Amino acid sequence: MTDFTPASALAGGLLIGTSASLLLILNGRIAGISGIVAGLFRRDLREVSWRAAFVVGVLLAPLVYGVLFGPLPPVTFNSSAGVIVAAGLLVGFGTRLGSGCTSGHGVCGISRGSPRSLVATGVFMITALITVLVTRHLMGH
Amino acid sequence: MLVLSAFAAGLLFGLGLIVSQMVNPAKVLAFLDVTGSWDPSLAFVMVGATAASAIGYAVANSPGIPVLGDRLEIPNRRDFDARLIGGAALFGIGWGLVGLCPGPAVVMLPFGLWQGSAFVVAMLAGMGLFAALRSAKAGSSSREVGV
Repeated sequence: MTDFTPASALAGGLLIGTSASLLLILNGRIAGISGIVAGLFRRDLREVSWRAAFVVGVLLAPLVYGVLFGPLPPVTFNSSAGVIVAAGLLVGFGTRLGSGCTSGHGVCGISRGSPRSLVATGVFMITALITVLVTRHLMGH
Repeated sequence: MLVLSAFAAGLLFGLGLIVSQMVNPAKVLAFLDVTGSWDPSLAFVMVGATAASAIGYAVANSPGIPVLGDRLEIPNRRDFDARLIGGAALFGIGWGLVGLCPGPAVVMLPFGLWQGSAFVVAMLAGMGLFAALRSAKAGSSSREVGV
């Protein structure tokens, strides 16, 4: 059970969308995290360098948040090690097969009206909702 | 300059994930739990993010954009294939199992929790598996062409 926090959710969303706009307007690239992370392992240094800089920025965010706003918000996991590894594999494989994740399809794709991203977002929302329904309610934990 | 602007965008992105609490798997699972104790907060993340991102895409085709990069790289495919649907379906199952998608998984690494680190290692392995299967398939089909 978590509290309803629409104001901080909207503020955080605006930061994420501003980041996507900045990367597009300045660098001409889509802020899709799965694609950026997978692109770290390419051989072209020019393609790797901006992706690495983006990831370093993401990794420094908790530190900067701590300096600006104080203690980090709570982070709670309720999953066993086996489930975490299975979920990580599915997220890694699935985002590459489907060419995007919550940021690339969900934010960037929807905001430019991409039909592929609308469909992908609909599909991953539905399978995520079904997964939570099954694991939380039908399997009874 | 491309590196500096990408760094700034990454920092903003990470801050947004923390401020919005997307980084908290319990929050994400509560958002996805519509038949239980539903917490609709994260719908507001999507509203804010798509609204601010739409501004960028609205001006993207203006002259002089991208300001620093050499060209715009925006996907222009409009077809739906099994890869897109299947990949999104698998991703959604993984997202719903734990409550982590790739962005929050990366921003969580400095939190130093074993769950976050194990998830990222598995996620990279999943991405590596996809790349290996794709190149194996490309190799076998080029051999078939050769025969």
